[in-house]
Amino acid sequence: MTAKPTSWIGASVERLEDGPLLRGRGCFAGDVSFPRQLHMRVVRSPYAHGLLKRVDCSAALALPGVVAIWTAEDIADLPPIDFREGPNEKLAPFRQTVLAKDRVRYVGEPVAAVFAEDPYIAEDAADLVDVTIEELDAIVDASLAPSEFASGLTTEPTACRQGYGDIEKALSQSSTIVEIDVSIGRHSGVPLETRGAVGRYDAARDVLELHGAAKVPHRNRESLSRMLGRSPAGLHLFEGHVGGGFGVRGEIYPEDILVLVAAMRLQRPVKWLEDRREHMIAANHSRQQRHRIRAAVDAQGRLLGIDDEFFHDQGAYIRTHGTRVADMACGILPGPYRLPHFRVNGHFRLTNKTPAATYRSPGRYETNFVRERLMDAIARRLGISRIEVRRRNLIAPDEMPYERPLVALGDEVVLDSGQYEALLNMALARFAWDKAERECQDRRRRGEYVGLGVAMYVEKSGLGPTDGVRVNVHTTGDVEVVTGGASVGQGFETVIAQVCAEGLGVDYRQIRVIHGRTDRIEYGIGAHATRATVMTANATAVAAGKVRAKALAMAAQLLQAEATDLTITEGNVVRADGSGASISLAEIAHHLRPTSQTRGQREPGLCADGWFTTAHMTYPYGVQLAKVKLDEGTGAVHVEKMLIAFDVGRAINPMLVRGQLVGGFAQGLGGALFEEFQFDERGQPLCVTLADYLIPTAHDVPDVDVLIAEEAPSTCNPLGIKGAGEGGIAAVGAVIASAVDDALGGKGEITQLPIKPQTVKALIDARRG
Amino acid sequence: MKPAPFTYHTPASAEEAVELIARFGPEDGRILAGGQSLVPTMAFRMARPAHLIDINGISEFAALAVTGETLSIGACVRHAAFDSDAVPGATGALLRKVVQNIAHYPIRTRGTFCGSVVNADPASEWCCVMATLDGQVVARSQRGTRRIAAADFYQGIMTTDLQEDELVVACELPILPPNTRSGFVEFSRRKGDFAVAMALVTYRLSDGEMIEPRVGIGGAESHARRITEAEDTLRGRAPGPEVFAQAAEAAAAACDPIEDINNTADYRRGLVRTLVQRSLENAA
Amino acid sequence: MTSKREITLHINEREFRVVVEPRRTLCDVIRDDCGQTGTHIGCEHGVCGACTVLVDGDPVRSCLMFAVQADGRHIRTIEGLADGEKLHPMQEEFARHHALQCGFCTPGFLMLAVGALEKNPDMNDEEIVDLLSSNLCRCTGYENIIKAVRAAAVVMKARA
Repeated sequence: MTAKPTSWIGASVERLEDGPLLRGRGCFAGDVSFPRQLHMRVVRSPYAHGLLKRVDCSAALALPGVVAIWTAEDIADLPPIDFREGPNEKLAPFRQTVLAKDRVRYVGEPVAAVFAEDPYIAEDAADLVDVTIEELDAIVDASLAPSEFASGLTTEPTACRQGYGDIEKALSQSSTIVEIDVSIGRHSGVPLETRGAVGRYDAARDVLELHGAAKVPHRNRESLSRMLGRSPAGLHLFEGHVGGGFGVRGEIYPEDILVLVAAMRLQRPVKWLEDRREHMIAANHSRQQRHRIRAAVDAQGRLLGIDDEFFHDQGAYIRTHGTRVADMACGILPGPYRLPHFRVNGHFRLTNKTPAATYRSPGRYETNFVRERLMDAIARRLGISRIEVRRRNLIAPDEMPYERPLVALGDEVVLDSGQYEALLNMALARFAWDKAERECQDRRRRGEYVGLGVAMYVEKSGLGPTDGVRVNVHTTGDVEVVTGGASVGQGFETVIAQVCAEGLGVDYRQIRVIHGRTDRIEYGIGAHATRATVMTANATAVAAGKVRAKALAMAAQLLQAEATDLTITEGNVVRADGSGASISLAEIAHHLRPTSQTRGQREPGLCADGWFTTAHMTYPYGVQLAKVKLDEGTGAVHVEKMLIAFDVGRAINPMLVRGQLVGGFAQGLGGALFEEFQFDERGQPLCVTLADYLIPTAHDVPDVDVLIAEEAPSTCNPLGIKGAGEGGIAAVGAVIASAVDDALGGKGEITQLPIKPQTVKALIDARRG
Repeated sequence: MKPAPFTYHTPASAEEAVELIARFGPEDGRILAGGQSLVPTMAFRMARPAHLIDINGISEFAALAVTGETLSIGACVRHAAFDSDAVPGATGALLRKVVQNIAHYPIRTRGTFCGSVVNADPASEWCCVMATLDGQVVARSQRGTRRIAAADFYQGIMTTDLQEDELVVACELPILPPNTRSGFVEFSRRKGDFAVAMALVTYRLSDGEMIEPRVGIGGAESHARRITEAEDTLRGRAPGPEVFAQAAEAAAAACDPIEDINNTADYRRGLVRTLVQRSLENAA
Repeated sequence: MTSKREITLHINEREFRVVVEPRRTLCDVIRDDCGQTGTHIGCEHGVCGACTVLVDGDPVRSCLMFAVQADGRHIRTIEGLADGEKLHPMQEEFARHHALQCGFCTPGFLMLAVGALEKNPDMNDEEIVDLLSSNLCRCTGYENIIKAVRAAAVVMKARA
């Protein structure tokens, strides 16, 4: 680590998180162990749909080392897992029970739970549990007519509809209607660490603990305390290290409930670690939607209206997110374009597959693909360039804040700021788009299948409404920031420390950031929806500002100076003009301690709470450009050049922002070319190992040029931050499809993700033959 | 994904190993060499051998040696052994080309040539080598030793002629004449994945014409084999793009590809055409 | 029948005498019996590489080996990379280049890279990428891991 930067904000400093992780001293869920702990193993349904007739545990119970085996009867008092947003009467019947009762609806659904002395025995016992199921037909296609979920209930629990203007009029008045039918394959976050949970009941203090929590510890605590009928004060969640979240980890799953209840009832800690095969069939899936979308356009390619009907494949149950992903898709579909009339009708359908929920850039990865394919189709129909058609539709900066009468995440869509066209121009120039087009033409003449792709998109972040932190300076000069945030590996601690360091005038390495602990702070928003940097960082700035003011006021007294003549640098309060004595924050904290004689009437402690409230989400935005080459002999897609241009408002740590964008890109590439959860007609999952669910490797990820722009700081928060967590992944499906389609002649033949070599080869062969 | 219980044996000699496989082979006993294929199946509990006979301690199985015209590859010779100058000449060059395509570095450190041959996965590169070069499998049992030609050894997807009580102690490959050219190309979704198809070709030039052509394909059918129709197209002709295309077409027409959820028979057929062509173009 | 065996594992030059069933994987024994939890389990079927350790100098997927097979062998794990408080160049470069985010795959990548470079200090860029495509990372997109390993290779070679 070299010299101190002029400002901690905007500095690409090394991470505080790295030390323990590099030394193998991390504490992931699997590393948490308590004396006398039991190990839980879940027995799961081998059928996608069936009547659960009988669960015979006798052979399993006879195995030495098995302590208990539960089925639905043993936990009959537990309610189904509720929605994160709170009760919803209409959707309630479709919730998942902790263990299957009467019916199983996806392969992998928990049917019984074994508790044993060690994980090997637990698995042996699980094998011996005899489950009798009468198999029923499985629904695997969400676009077919709904059938029966249960008596009196169909597999279309609701529809997600939004709209504004008069779409019928727009369609009838337009001379050109462009229509496409496109689909995104089922895939998901698939972090390297599988799920894990350790439940422990501290009988001495009457506190029930969940270790291995993630993402939204405070919110989950509320939900769990309701489910278990336990006061939140007697239930605490502990987040240690987390091996990637991506939206998938941190929701309340049946296994979390089971370890908690078992810890209480069996009076021993209960540890559960998911294996990889389980993860692939039991952790949330995502993305699978089919859109039949049409646009009414004028002769210049300007959008008059969009009418979208889509089928959202939710899987077997509605989990904690309710209909959030489908709602998001509705609200965010128009992206950066002006759109006078809009109608979207999302069929929210249940199928006999693993339930789905959020995965990084939920609703946007999908709709960016759909919308940008539509824009390409419009360009093609009218004979306009794909760049030009987008240009003509972009919302201009002087139209901001731009209110769209749509709702996303319960928030009305108000695009706060954006220099969309300027970013497009920056991206095109950086990519040398015109030159690339000429080069592609030359290469095509020589028989190569090469193409360029473009995608523009708007992300969302900074979901409020409010977050708060506590900043405390100890009498040693060490600083602690207590947040209700969470870390899934994105560098949360470092970013918060940088903001606090800047606000307080100390080195960021003096700062310890607490997160993921419901017992350290009463309230927290966790880390999801790219909100941590926006919300928690701004709250930190507020708290640090208050602590700074307290320090300066005390110092002014001690130094016999005006507070306005003082500043803080490297942990010391000094005169701005450099003259006179200085006093360290440590000393000031000492003077402010409760027993201090010099404290006077001042509140004890060099410490403050800071709150930040925002009225609206903020909307970062981006452009992605790609050049691909197709192997005409195999159909393989090779990405030769890739650019992500993303405006984050303000980058607190550019190195970490880039890390988020490139990491997200790799996942997006997976969804575009490699990853898919496939099922057969009986609902049997076919991709249950990392050998058949293909995550990109170092070989597969091309060099990515990243252009981090700070042209349009957010107007929703003083730091101007918009967040980058989902900016890399969001448009990758869209841009790769655009490029592959272009390489094939730009006829709109790429209508599905992931794009498989077999599909590409067939299209190439058709062109030739 | 923990394996089911088993009894673990560590024979110190080939004789002991043969004794153990005779006794336990029929009782769900399996050989543990590299373990890179077996252990995952045990983790999934798709395989639950009651007995595991670990042959890694038998020093004679580590032997990789040339005797006359034969390269003998002992049962415990690792994939990584071929990523070196250990085997000289054209044979070594061919094996070096192939080994780069096998899985990944750490797998190659442990996995064995013979293990892969016995496992008989259609996508196994070494099976393709054995089939194309007419290798022999040396199987020992208490009834004696027999050499099984590759063409007879492979019977179907992961199905071989190996008997329950037999242990493969070595595989043998012919030492190729010094000026043998070889080319190997495979296609998989990601590098290191199971190949969807592969092609291995060898030939020599005599007065500018190709002689002793061998064209083998793997990954495309239930097991690897030589495609004589393609070889016939090459024999006696000068190398060149048109000849190669004809051989590739012949191979595509002659093969009877397997299907799976991501790859139709037609697609594999197309791959065979592409890969035979490319391996001929690359042959050096 | 499947009786336990007493084995000795030398992990980072410390001796661990444990009694284990033959079916216990090396990874589980390193973590649970020997308490070295820095080695992580990502898949248990030999694909992700998070469990990579060095066995007698070779990078090996410890989920594909039974602990009994490692009896008497010398194993190096991530806990043994640093020299007391002083980080190994590979660890330093990972920090410098932001080559880890969640850190779960990191031990596997560190041991893989260190092991391979110790055996072949002259790996070129292409070989490094090839090597690193052995393991999976879900967070970083690999860019920074590749940069870190390249940088560390230079440092390691200079010090050798």
